[in-house]
Amino acid sequence: MSQTIIWTIVIIAVLGLVLALVLWFIAEKFKVVEDPRIDEVEKVMPGANCGGCGFAGCRAFADSAVKAENLDNHFCPVGGNDVMQKVAAILGHEVKAKAPQVAVVRCNGTCEARPVVNDYDGAATCRVKAALYSGDTGCSYGCLGCGDCVSACQFGALSMDPATGLPVVDEEKCTACGACVKACPKAIIELRAKGPRGMRMFVSCVNKDKGPSVKKACANACIGCGICFKTCTHDAIVFDSNVAYIDYSKCKLCRECEAFCPTEAIHAVNFPKPLDKDAVKARVNERKKKAAEAAAAAQTTVKEDKQ
Amino acid sequence: MSKLLVSPSPHIHADVSTSALMRDVVIALIPAVLVSVVFYGWSELLVLGVSVASCVLLEYLVTRFMMHKPSTIGDLSAVVTGLLLAMNLPSSTPWWIVFIGAVVAICVAKLSFGGLGQNVFNPAIAGRVFLLISFPMQMTTWEAPQGLFGADAISGATPLGQVKEGLLAGTPLSELVNSDYLSMLFTNIGGSAGEISALALLAGFVYLLCRRVIKPHVTLSIWATVALVSLIFSLAAPERFTGPLFNLLTGGMILGSCFMATDYVTSPMSVVGGIVYGIGIGFITMMIRYFGSYPEGMSFAILLMNAVVPLLNMWFHQKKYGRA
Amino acid sequence: MNRTFSIGGVHPHDSKISKDCAIEALPLPPTVYISVAQHIGAPAKPIVAPGDKVKVGQPIAEPGGFVSAFIHSSVSGTVKSIAPRADLAGNKQMCIEIAVEGDEWYEGIDTSDTLNTDFSDDNKEIIEKIRLGGIVGLGGATFPTHVKLSPPPGKVCETLIINGCECEPYLTSDYRTLLEKGPQVVTGTAILKQALSVDKAVIAIEENKPQAIEYINKLLSDLRKVSSKYTGITVMSLRKRYPQGGEKQLIDAVMHRQVKSGGLPIDVGAVVQNVGTALAVYDAVQKRKPLIDNTITVTGECFPRQANLLVRVGTPLSFIIDYLGGMPADAAKVISGGPMMGKAISNLDAATLKGTSSLLFLTEKQTRRRPESSCIRCGRCADACPMGLEPFLLNRLAHAGLTDELEKNAVQDCIECGCCLYSCPANIPLLDHIRQAKGQVMGIIRARAAAAKAAASK
Repeated sequence: MSQTIIWTIVIIAVLGLVLALVLWFIAEKFKVVEDPRIDEVEKVMPGANCGGCGFAGCRAFADSAVKAENLDNHFCPVGGNDVMQKVAAILGHEVKAKAPQVAVVRCNGTCEARPVVNDYDGAATCRVKAALYSGDTGCSYGCLGCGDCVSACQFGALSMDPATGLPVVDEEKCTACGACVKACPKAIIELRAKGPRGMRMFVSCVNKDKGPSVKKACANACIGCGICFKTCTHDAIVFDSNVAYIDYSKCKLCRECEAFCPTEAIHAVNFPKPLDKDAVKARVNERKKKAAEAAAAAQTTVKEDKQ
Repeated sequence: MSKLLVSPSPHIHADVSTSALMRDVVIALIPAVLVSVVFYGWSELLVLGVSVASCVLLEYLVTRFMMHKPSTIGDLSAVVTGLLLAMNLPSSTPWWIVFIGAVVAICVAKLSFGGLGQNVFNPAIAGRVFLLISFPMQMTTWEAPQGLFGADAISGATPLGQVKEGLLAGTPLSELVNSDYLSMLFTNIGGSAGEISALALLAGFVYLLCRRVIKPHVTLSIWATVALVSLIFSLAAPERFTGPLFNLLTGGMILGSCFMATDYVTSPMSVVGGIVYGIGIGFITMMIRYFGSYPEGMSFAILLMNAVVPLLNMWFHQKKYGRA
Repeated sequence: MNRTFSIGGVHPHDSKISKDCAIEALPLPPTVYISVAQHIGAPAKPIVAPGDKVKVGQPIAEPGGFVSAFIHSSVSGTVKSIAPRADLAGNKQMCIEIAVEGDEWYEGIDTSDTLNTDFSDDNKEIIEKIRLGGIVGLGGATFPTHVKLSPPPGKVCETLIINGCECEPYLTSDYRTLLEKGPQVVTGTAILKQALSVDKAVIAIEENKPQAIEYINKLLSDLRKVSSKYTGITVMSLRKRYPQGGEKQLIDAVMHRQVKSGGLPIDVGAVVQNVGTALAVYDAVQKRKPLIDNTITVTGECFPRQANLLVRVGTPLSFIIDYLGGMPADAAKVISGGPMMGKAISNLDAATLKGTSSLLFLTEKQTRRRPESSCIRCGRCADACPMGLEPFLLNRLAHAGLTDELEKNAVQDCIECGCCLYSCPANIPLLDHIRQAKGQVMGIIRARAAAAKAAASK
């Protein structure tokens, strides 16, 4: 009996030793020599592996960042400036701080504003729906409502609002990784600068059709009237193919365009007070009047000069 | 006019559904169920009833209240599992053992993997094997067939069990093998419900083939392998090894090869894969029957080959158009 | 036993309920909208301006590239506008709007019914006439015919196959064309055979159309006596099976050859043309009549009046429906094309195209998809796939976004025939996802090819 036990112990011990040697030998033979900084960089990364930086994951980002000469082409949207500072410290590079961004849904075609005109019966993904036809509402540019962006978001920052049928971004959770932007076949979602204290303005529509047909399709759409373009004194509004777009690098958040938009397609978020439209309109009209008077006066002076 | 429907093509669908396929399997099992009830009497009916009822109930409870999903009992797969499990048990099995079998089959083997279509192992066989290991006494006490209202049931061993015990005791094989194959085909041999009537099971199998519910390649490759292996062994050593006909007609061979090995979920997708799978089952069954300590190896063989299926699916593919 | 293709396939119910309806001409609509993108390849460039007067058969748009086609006015009248207009899927396409005034034909077009079975044997002239006629393949893909008739250098065509299978349920326009325009189709076949300089042409018809088979056989034996140009043309009866009319499947069925993945039919010595195309070729070569009308089957159990209509290109669908008695109350879906591969229409104001073959009305019960359940791995999709693919696997890979694996498992070979979804007992939208994945993988393959080409040219 005792002999059996002894033999068992001996055999197991020998077996363990032999296997340990084999493992050690293999580990030595197939050892990959890596820059230790890759591990260090990876450690300070958020570890979400979301691909928002354009690399396959945090490890791939770290690998590329270590090999790169500077960090101009590397930015981790999830970790933001804090993480990039740490990465720069490890690698001895400098980074410029980037303005934090957030995903913005540029469609306000709610169920009421944009009635459903046919009954979609295929696989419930935006991609399939977009490839098939223009969508189940009159608007062929708007949100398809199947939630591809919601399933693309790894941070739980997007959800479908059952009342409007549109996705809603949770600004606290959004890391601006851009997964939703890639997932949306209609290119509705855009990454925009968060703005001071989160205040920002954007046109919540991407419909490029002409006014009348847009109006028919959706009550909340940008009808391409161009009033905002004429109102803006900061040159921040880009007007192209019947739809306005606010350049956030130029926008001064004066909210004048918002006051004039006839369909309320221009959205302003996180402002402390609601907009007093009449006051702004009065202000702008006053300014325009003065400008017109000044122009007229200038003209008369020119005329007088000529005379 | 209501709103127009819009969907990608195709716009029509074949008249086929999961529940219709499962219903066909249930229909195919009816002859064997009837025969077993007639021959084993009320106790068999009790086993069948408890098994089917507990499988369906468990599936309902787990999907609704643990997985928080719509119940899937409508697809009838739980009924099929319950029937197959019952047909693998002796009619004398107490109801609580049947219930434990159902728990293992539905909760462990099926739903913990994600439900129908996700399970790696055939639920009914997993349940049966669990019971076979846990309750060897109850699971190997077979009643000799008696009429529906028959008096004393005599317990006896299955033909395979007799052979195994006899060989261990040193009895020559020729005295052990009952060569009345005709009676095996009809009924009259000890065993579980699924073993009692090969003919009733084969009728169900033919029904499934005619309705194109299953394809015959898996079953045929099992039979061919069993026949070949037992032929070689019985020719080499007739005093130790039983012959092909005996092996094809005894035990769970027919039930296993026709109804369990052909289960969609746990068998390979491609025809070549299915044939390899069948060969594996046949070979392992025969090895267990000849050399293992259990008299019957069909369940273990199917369970083992179930584990290989993902690999077979990776290795063997459909023949593609325009690609050599 | 008749021939058929070797892999997969399904047997949907025939439902050819309009097969006894003779072709009738639809009256002219008040306005037509002729799209400039009616074919595969570059859209045509309009050569008319609003206010111009046009006649029937007058070219109104010229090819926008090598793979492109002429477009002709299908009516006489005044060009109203050239503007984007929603097609049957609601997407905007450039359309030429013409207000109909009378029915005056363009100079040089022979509008008589006299049959002319003799044609010139100048291949170049034939192909040029086909090109000028704006002929495109009417089997579904609308590939410009003159391009298909000019095989790339080094490739030799051995057999011309005329596709008269019409394997899709409900469709009967090709069948009616065979019965009513048989001599023209046969002559068109002989012209195509001449243009390709091949000795052998096969008119493939499925065995469920015995009348057509018999009639074409008789016509051929008569014509062979008259002219040697008709020798070598035979009729082949094929077993009924979907998708026999698919180009690759038809070549497999008729010639027992398989086109390599990514290859063209000409690689195995085959050119496939549709019955409707053969008729259009006859019209263009013998009558100088360009492709301005085509036969459209209007059908469906719920539709009160079955019909096979000769419709001018650009006729609004709503005009056709109103002509036949309006939208039936229980129709839930309107499909352009057959029930297996056709497109569901979301916009009934859209106009017909050269390739429109049918308007099919299905009820909610016939067409509404049943709720999806989990895959039971029955393998029916793989058994049904005529390309030998494994749709269940491709669907899983598509969900996981594994493009490399998808390419390895030949998702790019998918012909989108719909057999997988049709036969799935769990109603999984296999093709919806596979089609997406195919598009993605094709994009990757094309980008790779372009990169390789750029690298080679450096």
